[in-house]
Parts: sequence; C-alpha cells; structure tokens
Amino acid sequence: MSKAVNNRAWLLVLPVFIIVAFNAIIPLMTVVNYSVQETFGNNEFFWSGTRWFEELLHDQQFYASLGRQIVFTGLVLAIQVPLGLAIALCMPPKGPWVSVCLVLMSLPLLVPWNVVGSMWNIMALPDIGLLGKGLNALGISYNYTRQPISAWFTVVLMDVWHWTSLVVLLCYAGLTSIPDAYYQAAKVDGARPWAVFRFIQLPKLKHVLTIAILLRFMDSFMIYTEVIVLTGGGPGSTTKFLSVDLVQKALGGFDLGPAAAFSIVYFLIILLFSWLFYTLIMPNEAQS
Amino acid sequence: MAEIKIENLRHSYLANPKSDADYALKRVSLTWKDGGAYALLGPSGCGKTTMLNLVSGLLTPTEGKISFDGRDVSMTSPEERNIAQVFQFPVIYDTMTVFDNLAFPLRNRKVPEAEIDARVRDIAQMLDLSASLSKRAAGLTADGKQKISLGRGLVRADVNVIMFDEPLTVIDPHLKWQLRSKLKELHQRVGCTMIYVTHDQTEALTFADQVVVMNEDGEVVQSGTPIELFEKPRHIFVGYFIGSPGMNVLPCEVRGGKAFIGGSEVPAENASSATGYGKTELGVRPEFVTIANEGLAAEVVKVSDTGRFRIVETRSHGATIKLLVPEGEPAPEGLTHLAFDRAHTQIYEDGWLAGAKS
Repeated sequence: MSKAVNNRAWLLVLPVFIIVAFNAIIPLMTVVNYSVQETFGNNEFFWSGTRWFEELLHDQQFYASLGRQIVFTGLVLAIQVPLGLAIALCMPPKGPWVSVCLVLMSLPLLVPWNVVGSMWNIMALPDIGLLGKGLNALGISYNYTRQPISAWFTVVLMDVWHWTSLVVLLCYAGLTSIPDAYYQAAKVDGARPWAVFRFIQLPKLKHVLTIAILLRFMDSFMIYTEVIVLTGGGPGSTTKFLSVDLVQKALGGFDLGPAAAFSIVYFLIILLFSWLFYTLIMPNEAQS
Repeated sequence: MAEIKIENLRHSYLANPKSDADYALKRVSLTWKDGGAYALLGPSGCGKTTMLNLVSGLLTPTEGKISFDGRDVSMTSPEERNIAQVFQFPVIYDTMTVFDNLAFPLRNRKVPEAEIDARVRDIAQMLDLSASLSKRAAGLTADGKQKISLGRGLVRADVNVIMFDEPLTVIDPHLKWQLRSKLKELHQRVGCTMIYVTHDQTEALTFADQVVVMNEDGEVVQSGTPIELFEKPRHIFVGYFIGSPGMNVLPCEVRGGKAFIGGSEVPAENASSATGYGKTELGVRPEFVTIANEGLAAEVVKVSDTGRFRIVETRSHGATIKLLVPEGEPAPEGLTHLAFDRAHTQIYEDGWLAGAKS
C-alpha cells in the first residue's frame, strides 16, 4: 500500500521555511562562507580553507579573552544564583507587599543595556560618581578606568544589579507554586527550616533553577553592550570579553575571515556548554 | 494517644469577624474518646478542613479551647501536639527514598538510627511497602505515595491522633476500597485515635464509629453513630445528606400531638413533642415507606431500577415521596396508598428534630 503524495503540501511549509532561512540559515551560512575565505576588499574572495580556524586556535589573545569570559560568567553565576534564591525566599508569599516587591524586582530588567552601562559609568566615576567618590571617601582606592580590580568589581556589580532579578522572579514563581500541604506536612513531621529548604523547596525549584542558570549562562557569556559602555574592555584589555574581542576584530580590523571563524567557534562554545549543562542535570529526571 | 476535647470552638479567617456569616466554623463543642475512629462529614467547603487544621494546630482558633487529655493545646504548634496528618494530595519528599521518607519524622526528632530502622521496617510491612523501601518515592503511584504519607504518621509510636483530610480523593476507585479497608485494619491494630474528613458518606460511615455531620454553613448538626444518623437524623440536612436516596421531607401540620398531611393523619414517633410553631415538616426515609391498602393517597410517577431494589417516586398532596421496593416484587402503578413506619417517622420544626433541640 502506498500513500498518496501531494506535492502541493510543500507550499504550506514554504512560509516557515522562508522565515527560518532569513533569520537563521542565511546569516549563519554567510558567516560560514566568510570563515573559509580571504578578502582584500573590492568584493573579491579567495579560498583559504581552515586557515582562519588554525590561526584562531593558536591565538593567545583569543585564549585570554576566553579565560576572562569564563571567569566572568563563573563569578556572575556564583553570585546571582544563590543571591537570587535567597531574595526569593525572603519575599512575602502573599499579601499587599507582593506586588511592591515584584515591581521593584522587575525595574532593573526593564532598563536598556546601554543605559545600564551609562548609569554605572557615571555612578562609578571616581571624581563625581556616587559609588566612585563614596568608595574613595571611605579610603578605598578605586578607579575603574585605571585599576583592573576596580574595573572587574564594577562590571560584576553592574551585572549582578541588572540580572539578579531574573533569578529572583523565576525562583519566586517556583516557590509560590509549591502547594501549602507540603509546608503543613513538614510542620507535622517536625522539620526544621533548613530541612524544609533542603527537602521541599530546593527539589521543587530544580527546574526553574536549571532554566535560570542556563539563561544567565548564555546571557553573561554573550555580554557586550554594558561592558563596552562602561569600560570599553579596559583598562588595557583586562575586561575584554569574547564579544568585545570579536567586534574589535570584525569591525575595527575588518578581518572578515578571522572574525567569522571566531564567531563560529564562539557559537559552538555556547552550544557545547549549554548542551553539557542540560544533559548533566536532566538524566536524573529520567529516573523519576 | 489522647482524648480530644473541643469546647466552644469557633474560627474565622477574617481579622475582625462581625456577623455569624464571617465564621468558617460555627461554635462547636465535642469530645473524641481516646482510640476512637471518627469521621467529619459534610459537603465541600463546609469547614471540615478548617476544623481539622484547628485540631492539628495548623490554624489557631479565633475562639474556644482544644485540649488533649485535659492539657490545653489551643495555642501550641502541630509538633508540640504530636499529631500526624495525611493530606488530600499525597505529600512525599521527592528526593528521598521510601525508607528516608518514612524515617523523616523520626530523624527530625533525633531518634537513634537503630530504632528508626526497626520502626520503619515494621510500618512498611504493615502498609505492604517493604519491597519498595529502597526505591525513590517520586516513582511510586498515587496510592503508594498516599501510603507513604500515612506511614509517616504511623511511624511515630506516640502520636496523639492521626488525621485524614480526604485522603482518597486522588486514588483510583478500585484501590479506594483496598486502602479504606487497610485504614480500618490499621485502626484496629494500632489503636490510635483517628479522625477522617470526607464528603463521601460511604467512606465516613464505613470508617468511623462516630460521625460528625456539618452543613454548608460550617455548623455541626449532629454527631452520632452511623445507625443514629440513619434512623434518627437530628436535622433534615442529615436526612438529605446521608442515605441514597435521601430522606423524604414533607410539609405537614401538627394539631393536638398528631401530624396531618393534607388532612389525613400520619403516624410520627415524636408528634407529641412538637410545639406546632415554626415551619413543620415530616421526615421519613424511603426505606420506611411501604405501599398499603389504606393510608396516605398517592400517585406513582416514576419507577427507577438500581439493580438491588427499585426506587418508586410518588406524588401526594403536592409533595414527592420516594420509597424502595425490593427486586422481584411487583412495581406499583397508578393510584395507591402509602404507609409510614411510626418508629422511623419524625417531625422537624424549622429543620431541627422536634423535642431534640433544647
């Protein structure tokens, strides 16, 4: 028995195919195309094989950016996830203060990236900024345009300010969806607050925490605007993360080939980390 | 284990209750004997769970006193009251094994591990959970999970009372029977006071020695044995709510200690205690109505077959009267007469059994 084949059905898939092509396949393939060719302008391209990839993988500057990126993302996750969870646990479960807390928490998320960068840039200025001047007045030598540690401190603090709320909101949503019966049962069973957290709240938050970590990982790994506005990658190249490095290569040097190779490697790194993270957490789920 | 005494208990979820309607649970006084099996029966949303949570200590009463063996516990926490509670939806600790789940209440109370082990195995045996002790609790079926919730209550040897808040709601019908008889068996074995909240009359009547019936307004209307509730409902609500079909309630008149429906006299056990004031009604269960050659004139409207007996619906003087006819007997048709069993026919005044409410 054979099924009737109706080729006109393909027409119905066409719109989706066009949209996907324009927003994903064509841009990606353009980058792939650039990454294996060399150009000297004039729209003339020459085949260069895997040369740009080989160069990139021997490039010390790339490894330095990658290292900084990993440290930054690690710091951001290590601070934002526990902090976000702690804030969510402190928020009232019901009552008139809920909406106040939610609005306050959402505010940083609504500020555009470049505005966040400018805000912190001005606030951290050592001569007029509240933060910069305040720290110096306390006797702490602080200048984010000159001292790498100050710059790192400011960049991390800015990201914590901007994005911890996302973790808070996700965790809060997860917490409020735990039925009251669990807390009542814990009371009856004589569980201490720590046991309630460890055996009820944390297991129930597993999914939202996975999502929160994944989102914060991807976003912080791709951070660009805020850093460019705040430090521009400096002082020197101490806050030059992967994206900053990439843009300098692609636009500053107009090295389309190496920049394209860089983009592909960058993309693969994020893909790999996200996949690793997801598969490491999710197999436990399959058992239950 | 303890005798539970409730005195003038009232509860409102509002901060400043004003009228009677603000109270989710109306004033109630009761005594539950040590080792008894009790049920709280009433329609959904009538305050049964409120009452249960007051006894367990999850809620603090607005008014009144609860004492366990004479000790006032009204203001103490569930932990201090040393009670166990099984909720409507099974509560299990997902990340733990069945063993750890059962051991949890004991570990929280710092019981030595050797004793925990013995106790948990004992309870698992009772609940047929021995085979799955090392499995993760999250992988069990709904009835398995509910057994764990129950086990966490039983595992403490010294609990004062175990409370069940509609524990069979999420269980498959064919497993309900099994679990219900398990509960009954456990009660006989453990001898602990048990309070069972439900809106299902079969569950309440089969489980409990003493059933407390509540109406929609959060008022306790009767507390008695299943037989008392069946034969002598104190309020027409109990008559309606318990029994299938419910009690027939007919408007009637009382004159000189005798009851009349549409002019013809009908026998009633408590007719002489009726005052004749207020709204007077006569209540008789379908089980105690028979077809007769003389008596109340009625017309057969409908006969429905339930398998074991037939429900005959008749109309008499504008009211509907149902009665039961055993399978095999001829079903009545057309115009006929009805007779009521005097010992099981009661007069109600404003809803309450005449002469019973002081």
